[in-house]
Amino acid sequence: MLSDARLIAAKDLRIEASSRVLLTQVLPFGLMVLLLFGFGISPDRQVLGEVPRRSVLEQVSPGLFWITVLFAALLGLGRSFSIEAADGNLDGLRLGGLDPAGIFLGKAAAVIVQLAVLEVIVGVGAILLFGVSLANVGLLAVTIVGATVAIGCAGTLYATLAAGQRVRETLVPLLVLPVLAPVLLGATQATEAALFGPVSDGWPWAGLLGAFALLYIAIGIVAFGSFLEES
Amino acid sequence: MTRVTTTQSEDAKSAKSKAPRDAFGTASKLTRVFGVAAFVLTSALLVFALVISPPEVIQGESVRLFYIHVPSAIVSLYLAFSITLVGSIIYLRKKSIFWDLMAGAAAEIGVIFCAITLITGMLWGRPTWGVYWKWDPRLTSTAVSFLLYVGYLAVRKLELPPHVRRQRAAILGIISFANLIIVRYSVQWWRSLHQGTTLDPVDTQLDGSMLFSFFLGMLAMIAIGAWLLVHRFRVAWMEERKAEQSLAAAIVERQSEGRS
Repeated sequence: MLSDARLIAAKDLRIEASSRVLLTQVLPFGLMVLLLFGFGISPDRQVLGEVPRRSVLEQVSPGLFWITVLFAALLGLGRSFSIEAADGNLDGLRLGGLDPAGIFLGKAAAVIVQLAVLEVIVGVGAILLFGVSLANVGLLAVTIVGATVAIGCAGTLYATLAAGQRVRETLVPLLVLPVLAPVLLGATQATEAALFGPVSDGWPWAGLLGAFALLYIAIGIVAFGSFLEES
Repeated sequence: MTRVTTTQSEDAKSAKSKAPRDAFGTASKLTRVFGVAAFVLTSALLVFALVISPPEVIQGESVRLFYIHVPSAIVSLYLAFSITLVGSIIYLRKKSIFWDLMAGAAAEIGVIFCAITLITGMLWGRPTWGVYWKWDPRLTSTAVSFLLYVGYLAVRKLELPPHVRRQRAAILGIISFANLIIVRYSVQWWRSLHQGTTLDPVDTQLDGSMLFSFFLGMLAMIAIGAWLLVHRFRVAWMEERKAEQSLAAAIVERQSEGRS
């Protein structure tokens, strides 16, 4: 299972390395969304009564960051399955004797790696544009790992449901976003706690992210095979 | 070749002779019972909820929304989506089309009652909280659950071979229920961190006639839900049979083409 997963993940990452679709299209999209948030929420507005004084943008930056990641992840997931759309590729993978659980873990792992790179760059963008100062890097790192694995696994599972369908582009966001609502909630709360304190509020949310990620790894391993069956 | 054709047309004939009683409507004895019950209970509910039961001490007249709001929430989130869960599990075990269609019909009814819950909740929130939407855990998690099941229904409409679609819908029917619980608890946790308990309309003290109106509302919503469910299920069942029959007819047609 794991060697199959490695194979699939390496394949997807090699495709990305040569096509650079995420790097040249999804990443700029993410940065553009950050700028749009600046336009939508005036950067000059201050939060009243807060000490130290923060701009509204800085105050809501954890949520904005994770919403940006979520939207970019939808594009990344779309890409992850559009490279399999041609010539019944998914059936081909199955016929090649690969373990379905391995295919799932591989696809998810590739999405997770690409998403992690995107998060680092968008995160730096958010720090620079929204004037956020980093704090509690440990909690932040755990949050990012938990949320990214959760998004990657749940996203891959749901994107498979609509893979190869004409309505894929419109259906995947409808399926994935409600499912990932708790992830957005947990990631935002944990990030807020890490940046603005108290840190102790953040760890339970990071735990929720971890539990969600594990749950979806398990569901994916069990259920992915029957999603692929005779599709 | 000829033999096959006769068998096919005999099948079609016997299907036709059986057809008239149930082919022109979705009514049955069961739906009549539920329909009459729904009508009687709803009429009684109108009288009790609007006339006989008193206005509430704090909330006044708006408390009357309670008699629709809470029952429709229970029918949707607890009954309908549970039927979808159970139907999905049985489908995966036995591959019975009956339970697949039942799961789908229940999800549709659930989504409708969920929408009623949200709308009545917002209408109730306006006089009680002063705003239509409060980020109340129940309201918020119900809204997300509503969208979860709208997504489930969209998957049921995918253009896939029937058995593939049923399989995917069944798995999704199970995971969606798990998601409903996760969403519910995470939202509750989120709100409990940030605010003290708001005035919770559901915890209102109920006196005798209010309690009776609530039970009446519960029964009325269950009767309406069951009535709709059986009708919806039978529509789906007939669609299924139509698809089968038109396939059989197409085969007969192709075969006669080949002979001539």
